[in-house]
Amino acid sequence: MPTLTRWFIKSAMIYLVSALVLSIVMQLPLADRVPFLRVVWPTYLHLLVVGWLTQLIFGVAFWLFPKYSSTHPRGSEGLGWASFVLLNLGLLLRLLGEPRAMLGGDAAGLLVASAVVQLLAGWAFVANTWPRVRER
Amino acid sequence: MPTLSVWFVRTALAYLAVGFLAGAILLINRGVPLGAPVARLLSLHIEFLLIGWMVQLALGVAFWILPRFRTGPERGREGPAWFSYAVLNLGVVTAGIGPLIGFTSMAPLLGHTAQGIAAGAFALHAWPRIKVFGAGAS
Repeated sequence: MPTLTRWFIKSAMIYLVSALVLSIVMQLPLADRVPFLRVVWPTYLHLLVVGWLTQLIFGVAFWLFPKYSSTHPRGSEGLGWASFVLLNLGLLLRLLGEPRAMLGGDAAGLLVASAVVQLLAGWAFVANTWPRVRER
Repeated sequence: MPTLSVWFVRTALAYLAVGFLAGAILLINRGVPLGAPVARLLSLHIEFLLIGWMVQLALGVAFWILPRFRTGPERGREGPAWFSYAVLNLGVVTAGIGPLIGFTSMAPLLGHTAQGIAAGAFALHAWPRIKVFGAGAS
């Protein structure tokens, strides 16, 4: 298993555990008294769907999709690492910014930065994976 | 990778690219209001990423790696799987883009119906391939 795939999958597992712990905390009786927990639902959903599911798919696809070439079997390692770093940075920025914005605080900078880096992460993954998806 | 899997996976990647773009615009809209119509991107964001990207990727990879047959066409009857590809994407586009252009009630119903038919067609194709590797002649 390539190093980048291990980073993807281990990070995905951290998001899975974190999201499910958050889902427990959101159901506790005290949750109604904690403003953060009242507004964190969309963030929780993205931690699960992007942090866990999408990131797991990125890692496994980088590992198991058809090789690009004998010299660069997994395409551009740089694009692969860029998608990993940007995706996780974007999610963390979202975790900081989205609840703050929903509670009326100023989080415009965090949310714009989160949106842009997650978009670049997705596009980097697509750019690196597309040439590997072909008939043999 | 077989031809149909290439179509499934590349189409899934295209939905990922567009779905992430819609998600980015929606997220920016939370911090910097871009106008009320932006909120209508939500259906596209959800349909493109959940069905267009994740489900479609899973179907493409399943068509590629599920056990094959030793005799006859190695992946069995491909017709239902190709039908599934076409109808799934019709469903994703209908349910994702329909509400954006004003078809707020009919488009999700028609789109999700198409997606359900596509799932059934793919199950019809894949069912006999869900077996022990090497078992079953055809």
